[in-house]
Amino acid sequence: MFRKLSLPLLIFAFVSFLVFGSVVLSKEQLSETDIKESSLSESDENAILFNTVMDVLTHQRCINCHPSDNVPKQGEDSHPHRFDITRNNIEAATNCNTCHQASNNDFSGVPGAPHWALAPHNMQWEGLSRIEIAKSILDPQKNGNRSHEELMHHLTEHELVMWAWEPGKDLNGQTRETPPVPKDKFISAVKKWIESGAIIPENKN
Amino acid sequence: MITFNINGKEAEVDVDEYTPLLWVVRDVLNLKGTKFGCGKAACGACTLHVDGEAVRSCSFAVKYAQGKNIKTIEGLGNEENPHPVQKAWIEEIVPQCGYCQPGFMMACAALLNKNPNPSDEDIDNNIINICRCGTYFRMRKAIKRAAEIMEDSKMNLE
Repeated sequence: MFRKLSLPLLIFAFVSFLVFGSVVLSKEQLSETDIKESSLSESDENAILFNTVMDVLTHQRCINCHPSDNVPKQGEDSHPHRFDITRNNIEAATNCNTCHQASNNDFSGVPGAPHWALAPHNMQWEGLSRIEIAKSILDPQKNGNRSHEELMHHLTEHELVMWAWEPGKDLNGQTRETPPVPKDKFISAVKKWIESGAIIPENKN
Repeated sequence: MITFNINGKEAEVDVDEYTPLLWVVRDVLNLKGTKFGCGKAACGACTLHVDGEAVRSCSFAVKYAQGKNIKTIEGLGNEENPHPVQKAWIEEIVPQCGYCQPGFMMACAALLNKNPNPSDEDIDNNIINICRCGTYFRMRKAIKRAAEIMEDSKMNLE
């Protein structure tokens, strides 16, 4: 009986793997372990690493201070910064550090981290696709003249980038949302993506 | 222990390092001119200067004051020798209830330090404190007047 069923079962298992396995493997949330244990092509692995990085860079914790209209954004809904704060305030008497200090202030709900500031004018990501953001961060004209290695260090070590995973509490005492990828997984993905050439997948948005 | 200079005098305070500077100034050092408004760094009533920069002290952990020069409204000027902003505030009869005015005057003094001749737009971009009495129009005139007083005193010195 078992022998009679074994061939159809094997066929069913194989077909199931082809159908469902390929769907699972195309998910952006696959872990590093999944990559190691699967037989993904290099381009699939690269796409997963790329999307892991972009899951973070497109999150509001990052995008809110990379505006395309010179108006910093706030909150999970990325509303314009209260009090009409704009890029014009950077060098003004009332500037970022009038309220934001080098650490979160959980009494007032004002977020803070070392070097708290709006991203430079040429680092506008708001409204860009993942591919456009990737092109931007790899372009020395738009990334502060960083090499790939310097970019890797910036994305994996800079205190203001790392703040995204320790964003503190808002003015209502609610803990701010962190990016959808754990910090260690993001750091690992950035390093692997850049070390493998920082290839931008085609036709992914 | 955290040490800093406040209004020209050395101060040493033994408090939790995350205590807002506002409460250290008011409750430990007994300087009551700096006011509590919203506690969210939104209204500006608690504005004072740290190394010459306007800061919302309700959202400024005292540990960041270590070694810095703090100036509160008590150190901006006095009756005998008022700051140009204080002179202008008196001339233009700016305050209504007055509660928010120390914060406004500190913010305006910081603005004039950086920009001695601010335009209306400069004022709008920098003086974003909140006055529930609605004295904004009088403040705008007073800021312009303070700029004139500063310019006149500069000319007199020359």
